[in-house]
Amino acid sequence: MIALLSRDLALAIRAGGGFGLGLAFFLIVVVLVPFGVGPESTILSVIAPGILWVGALLACLLSLDRIFALDYEDGSLDLLATAPIPLEGVVAMKAAAHWVTTGLPLTLAAPGLGLLMNLEPAAYGWLVLSLALGTPALSMIGTFGAALTVGLKRGGLLLSLLVLPLYVPTLIFGAETVGRGADGLATTTPVLMLAGITLATLALLPFAAAAAIRINLR
Amino acid sequence: MELTVQDLACARGGVPVLEGVGFTLRGGRALLLRGPNGIGKTTLLRTLAGLQPPLAGRISAPPETMAYAAHADGLKATLTVEENLRFWARVFGTRGIDRALDEFALRDLAQRQAQNLSAGQKRRLGLARLLVTGRPIWVLDEPTVSLDTASVALFGQAVARHLRGGGAALIATHIHLGFEAEELDVTPFKAKPRALGHFDEAFA
Amino acid sequence: MSLWEYANPQKFMQTSAAVLPLVWGLTVLSLAVGLVWGFFLTPEAVNFGSTVKIIYLHVPSAMMAINAWVMMLVTSLIWLVRRHHVSALAARAAAPVGLTMTLIALVTGAIWGEPMWGTYWAWDPRLTAFLILFLFYLGYIALWEAIENPDAAADLTSVLCIVGSVFALLSRYAVNFWNQGLHQGATLSLDKEENIANVYWLPLLICLAGFVLLFIALVLVRTRTEIRARRIKALVARERMA
Repeated sequence: MIALLSRDLALAIRAGGGFGLGLAFFLIVVVLVPFGVGPESTILSVIAPGILWVGALLACLLSLDRIFALDYEDGSLDLLATAPIPLEGVVAMKAAAHWVTTGLPLTLAAPGLGLLMNLEPAAYGWLVLSLALGTPALSMIGTFGAALTVGLKRGGLLLSLLVLPLYVPTLIFGAETVGRGADGLATTTPVLMLAGITLATLALLPFAAAAAIRINLR
Repeated sequence: MELTVQDLACARGGVPVLEGVGFTLRGGRALLLRGPNGIGKTTLLRTLAGLQPPLAGRISAPPETMAYAAHADGLKATLTVEENLRFWARVFGTRGIDRALDEFALRDLAQRQAQNLSAGQKRRLGLARLLVTGRPIWVLDEPTVSLDTASVALFGQAVARHLRGGGAALIATHIHLGFEAEELDVTPFKAKPRALGHFDEAFA
Repeated sequence: MSLWEYANPQKFMQTSAAVLPLVWGLTVLSLAVGLVWGFFLTPEAVNFGSTVKIIYLHVPSAMMAINAWVMMLVTSLIWLVRRHHVSALAARAAAPVGLTMTLIALVTGAIWGEPMWGTYWAWDPRLTAFLILFLFYLGYIALWEAIENPDAAADLTSVLCIVGSVFALLSRYAVNFWNQGLHQGATLSLDKEENIANVYWLPLLICLAGFVLLFIALVLVRTRTEIRARRIKALVARERMA
């Protein structure tokens, strides 16, 4: 399974844009917002937690349809399904690779973009923590969506339609953590909920996603 | 080590294509599947490989003994020949890709990226993967597509060596591969449409 | 004689054909009685005016929007466990009905909200939850439409329905946490019957029954359509094979 993870990471690096694309998209989204709402720093600092989280979420969404599509097209997925690795493990590794190439860079880059958005100083720690806790759930949920739509010719748009409603709880608790952190309020509940959602999705969704892939390979 | 198939029926896209298929494949033997295009050879092989459930019948083989190779080779364009093979070796928990490189004459290409290989070279790499799986029963779907005569001979020798080592091979192919093998024509097993007027035929 | 016999398409077609006129009759009767009674024969509320009468559409449709999803969840589970095709097709048939119910609940809520709260839309938890439910319906229906192979479509949508149900519940809790809302608490639960005056209560019950019957009738009709569509497909496939 480590072999699969390291192969996917090697592919992401060699294909170019594996790491950079989502990050660049995140940057552009966050930079576009002030053009839309105006440059007043008071407004920006109020909406900063939400914008940063929505931006991160959209950046995650961007590369989801590639999680299984390439392996499906070149036949690797068939071969992996007949390999001794359980398909649940394959799915989990795919989600992990997706997280390393998108969620992790986003988490690391978020404080810099927080600066652009005039985020409250108290919120930076919470921003990084909430993204670190929440983005694995985004990757795992997205992998489930990708598993449902693998093999569909126009799966990309459908994938967004399926995955975005599933992102709602993660987004709410993630943005809430940062918002409360910015206001100096207690963040225990949203942080615990965020961690709970992530752990539960990591524990359960690989089974659902593997089932979906088995159905799609039939 | 023996693959036994009894009274197997399989479907493609929800429509039954083959039924009543039965054969036994022992170690050291090869079985060639024959039959016209579209008869359901690929469906049968996918069913045997466990990628889709059979409609009916039994497939019995020791667990984790089948290596499946389809039309698509499952190669990653940006990885080199060696990296592609090494990846599958790690997935299947085997060691050493030297034999695979040698038997399919890939040694000189080892450091080349898969995207720079010709169609026939890619195919050879895809078949070399079979050796690194370390599994005894090969289930192959049209393995000689885009291979030249020399490569076909290379492949034939590799299969023959695999059979001598106690392995078995089930191959859907139209050409002669240069080793002794039984043949099974699947045409007689074509699924017959069920009697008309039966209401539930849409819900098989 | 077990309940599962009705999962046989043939048996289902016979039974539903026999039952449908009765269901339609009861639907029309109860909706006519409930709506006419509710709209014209109840007094105007002291502090709500005539606007309160929209509850005869709003509350039943909101209830059925949720019930339809629950029914889809149950039928999806039955399909996954017992592989009864009628069950999967009933789930497929119910989805657009549930979507429409959600839309009716949202629209009537907006119409009611304007005079009551002074706004068509507020990010109140319950409103938001219905909006999210609407999105879930859209995704579910889109997935059904996108997949060619009917059995694979039934399997995948069932998996989506189960996962979606968990996330829908989670979202409900999350939006509650995110914004404590405008909506009044439960006005219809049995122990809080006094919240709503008796004059409004009885016609509302009849309307609720009417919407349940309407849902059943629509789902039966649509399931019959789906079964027929499958038969046509099978016949076309046979033509091609022969």
